[in-house]
Amino acid sequence: MTEARKTPLYGCHEKYGGKIVEFAGWLVSVQFGGILDEHRAVREAAGMFDVSYMGEFFVTGEDSLAFIQKAVTNDMDNMVDGQVRYSPMCNHEGGTVDDLMVYRFSSDRYMLVVNGANVEKDFAWLSRIASEFPRATLTNASDDWAEIALQGPASATILQKLTQTDLKGIRYYYFVPRAEVAGVDCILSRTGYTGEDGFELYCAPGDAVALWDALMEAGQDEGLVPAGLGARDTLRFEACMPLYGQELSENTGPLEAGLGRFVSFTKGEFVGRDALLRMKEQGIPKKLVGFEMLERGIPRTHYTIVRDGTTIGEVTTGSFAPTIGKNLGMGYVTPDTDSVGADIGIMIRGKQLLARTVKMPFYKRRAK
Amino acid sequence: MYPKELKYTKTHEWIRVEGTRGKCGITFYASDQLGDIVFVELPEVGQDVVKGETFGVVESVKAVSDCYAPVSGKVVAVNEMLETQPELINQSTYDEGWIIEVELSDPSELDDLMDAQQYEKHVEEAGHH
Repeated sequence: MTEARKTPLYGCHEKYGGKIVEFAGWLVSVQFGGILDEHRAVREAAGMFDVSYMGEFFVTGEDSLAFIQKAVTNDMDNMVDGQVRYSPMCNHEGGTVDDLMVYRFSSDRYMLVVNGANVEKDFAWLSRIASEFPRATLTNASDDWAEIALQGPASATILQKLTQTDLKGIRYYYFVPRAEVAGVDCILSRTGYTGEDGFELYCAPGDAVALWDALMEAGQDEGLVPAGLGARDTLRFEACMPLYGQELSENTGPLEAGLGRFVSFTKGEFVGRDALLRMKEQGIPKKLVGFEMLERGIPRTHYTIVRDGTTIGEVTTGSFAPTIGKNLGMGYVTPDTDSVGADIGIMIRGKQLLARTVKMPFYKRRAK
Repeated sequence: MYPKELKYTKTHEWIRVEGTRGKCGITFYASDQLGDIVFVELPEVGQDVVKGETFGVVESVKAVSDCYAPVSGKVVAVNEMLETQPELINQSTYDEGWIIEVELSDPSELDDLMDAQQYEKHVEEAGHH
């Protein structure tokens, strides 16, 4: 293993009292003031995350779209400039190489944002696919970009203080390729991984600290707090957004994860299409369900799920869900158990505790 | 952070002895490392505990941690408040955050435990790893 790297915002983690851990080869904070406080701040006001560990790839050239269409499962054909779209990226067996965001700058320029832990793997994987498209060029620009996620209902109010760009003009899952925020050049995207309104700002590493400090100061009155990986995980968990390595993996694909709406069988050939189509026709071997503990206990990753004395699956993520105030989990079960309201058991420290399947997502923000 | 009248284990539990009984909990260091505590699994009253063996579980948002008995004996009381207010361990570590009360079967076991000064040194060393 190579030594963990410091993000451009490392100094801010120290300055704001973050509890620093290694994640995806980077040193970042698991928490600052406490996971529950940070979680609440993002649901009720705003929180700010250093997500500079995310990878940024650029795709340029006239075959950009054709290449991306081949690599990912979702259909990117009808995107407009300034639009963002989520997609899984599958291997030939229908498992997941990664899940990513596709940013369309223009018909011959796209940005792909991939998970920090998968940057090297994804670049190698995508490079092989790109070799079939001589008029598409793939570059790994991850080291050229820092990323800050500003999330929560107060995000727009805070950010608007620092930019001339009219944020009302940016809808959810759209972005501005070049905005000035507190004097810093940014890609400004209305996206996030918390289930709240919010923005993700990509800037040059050398500008990241100035941008962080300016946002922090602008957000004082609104209750903005720095937030870490811990709250990021509980927030995405309540919103039932998949985490690569838990809900998705090389062995687990989008159909099992309930992400079928991000798989287009009508857009033409893409990597994994045959395997996914076969699975769709022959039956999906396991399905992701959400559940609520009815007895006292917190489900955790890899705990066994049982029904009528038989093992039917495994927990992928489980936690006390701060906004809902219950112990909830997600996990894969055999497809006959995926109805809502089914009684299941979770094996916790040798004891079988009662749980019941519930609708996902656990949390959905109220429409404005 | 580490009251002088308590005794401590290497595994970050504390015990406050009064007569033949002792109230036990986890230390500030342990609760701080865990973060916000959201769940506590308590033993039954009347159950026997053995020094060095687990008597309960404390879970924070991110972590699951066993609690090890500082002494052997019988559980005479458990802090049922923790079932609905596990955060008491973070908020009142050495008072309202107690976990179990034990009737000591062998008070000489207390001699193996650390005093506040020794424990503080132990924590400092742990922190440097």
